[in-house]
Amino acid sequence: MRSRSPLMICGVLLALLVVLFGLGLCAGRVWTPWSAWTSHGADPRWAIVFGLRLPRTILAILVGGALGLSGAALQGYTRNPLADPAALGVSTAAALGAVLTLYLGAAGEASWILPLAAMVGAGIGVAILLSLAGISSSIVTFLLAGFVIQTVCGAAIALALNLAPNPWAVNEIVNWLMGSLADRSVEEVRIAAPGVLAGSVLLLTLGRSLDALTLGEQGARSLGVELSRTRLLMAVGVALAVGSSVAVTGVISFVGLITPHLLRPVLGARPSAVLLPSFLGGAALTLAADILVRLTPAASEVKLSVAMAALGGPFFLAMLISMRRRLA
Amino acid sequence: MNPKQTLRADALAIQLGGRPVLGGITAAFTRGELVAIVGPNGAGKSTLLSCLAGLLKPDAGVALLDGGPIAALPGRHRARRLAFLAQTPEIAWDVDVRAFVGLGRTPHLGAFGPSAEDQAAVDAAIVSAGLEAFAERPVTRLSGGERARALIARALAGQTDWLLADEPLTGLDPGHALDALALFRRLAHDQGKGVIITLHDLNLAARFADRVLILSDGDLVVDGPPEVALTPEILSKVYGVAVRRHVGASGPLIEVLGRAG
Repeated sequence: MRSRSPLMICGVLLALLVVLFGLGLCAGRVWTPWSAWTSHGADPRWAIVFGLRLPRTILAILVGGALGLSGAALQGYTRNPLADPAALGVSTAAALGAVLTLYLGAAGEASWILPLAAMVGAGIGVAILLSLAGISSSIVTFLLAGFVIQTVCGAAIALALNLAPNPWAVNEIVNWLMGSLADRSVEEVRIAAPGVLAGSVLLLTLGRSLDALTLGEQGARSLGVELSRTRLLMAVGVALAVGSSVAVTGVISFVGLITPHLLRPVLGARPSAVLLPSFLGGAALTLAADILVRLTPAASEVKLSVAMAALGGPFFLAMLISMRRRLA
Repeated sequence: MNPKQTLRADALAIQLGGRPVLGGITAAFTRGELVAIVGPNGAGKSTLLSCLAGLLKPDAGVALLDGGPIAALPGRHRARRLAFLAQTPEIAWDVDVRAFVGLGRTPHLGAFGPSAEDQAAVDAAIVSAGLEAFAERPVTRLSGGERARALIARALAGQTDWLLADEPLTGLDPGHALDALALFRRLAHDQGKGVIITLHDLNLAARFADRVLILSDGDLVVDGPPEVALTPEILSKVYGVAVRRHVGASGPLIEVLGRAG
């Protein structure tokens, strides 16, 4: 496995992202040519580009980047290639936090309440996970813990639906739960951006500690890594990034799982080398999937989370099969 | 003994999982010597080494580096002074040998990644461990012996004053085991490092170590030069085996005759 320069890969990913960004502004039910962009409102399609597609595209980049980077960081910390914020229940925990504010009607009080609750939920979920990773680095324990967190939070969300005061509340919760980027506005970008950016910067600073963890927790400590600090930064970073993403788009799975796996063959397995490329790669993957979703000819748009699961599920299975072969 | 050059165990005692593992061990190590810690399985060798490395907090007593408690040092400072090589280290990711050895530079890295000095230290460590031919190979595709040498190189890359290695010879064939011990001795005698290793091979301990510590059931049985420590009387008591000492072509030879009694 020959590892290429991370800088070069980042350049390639950035170029891909720029192309997708342009495509994301043009593509959709209505194709908007360049003339519509420069019309300054004279062409009705100008509003589509700048009022709908621009925030949606920016959001896809922020959310995809946050999920890809969180996945890469979690995989590095836990030395577990199957770690992913959605698969391990962190996203579901964030969703539970958000649903509670919808259920209690608190979400309408102020725009920051729902994202804050989502971040707190994600923070609690990831703290439970990482403390378990400290006790045992066994992949089985870890995945089981994630499964339990996801199931319990899922059940609590179902309970909230069950006890919802009226059908509108149910409708609101269900609509929000199905992860999607449709009809998001500048407001959502404003909500998500600070958390995603702050969380991502935090996670990007952890590269060296994650590299040292290649030698296990004792090995990392013998190299001078303060694990309690790493764990805290990791939990806060993932909580900010995933919490604020889930707050605006609901749960979108597989981005965090797949992105680092797609990148490792070209970048090598060193955890720090995968971090920034995973942000860019996750952003490109999510944006590409969202463009596909917009172009699918269906009566109503397919939800992004559904499309992602349809793409990610088979990929995950193929990965498990190849891992099984390697272990056997 | 200059306190500035020592690593000391001062009445170290620890219980793990409710079982007493170390029962108050006092010993001093100086730079420039190669010390072997031997003893039966479960005698507390690894635990003693972890406490000396500041990675395990003793219940009582203290490990002192240059006269100050090692546990009080910030991790990065400690790691620049002392390298620790665990017995069965985890290698989680399939990185190449050069990157793996480079992990040993972690406590030295500046803000902008590896410097020329870091690169030079990694190259020197790879040469010392005889890994030039494997430098670009993924660690997980090394044989057991090559892996053991990669681990030693990783510990060397930090260029620390102290090197503590828990059974570093596991998986090495006789030739490479001799190479490794000769390397440890050079590090101690020529470069003035303090090298402390745990070993099971009594003959290698007798031949290479400047000093041997024998642990049994968490207590220090004897601490002295090999000819004083590795006597048939002590070994038969500690290991429960009958032993005869010869003088072989290469030096002392300890022949295990069979179970004692």
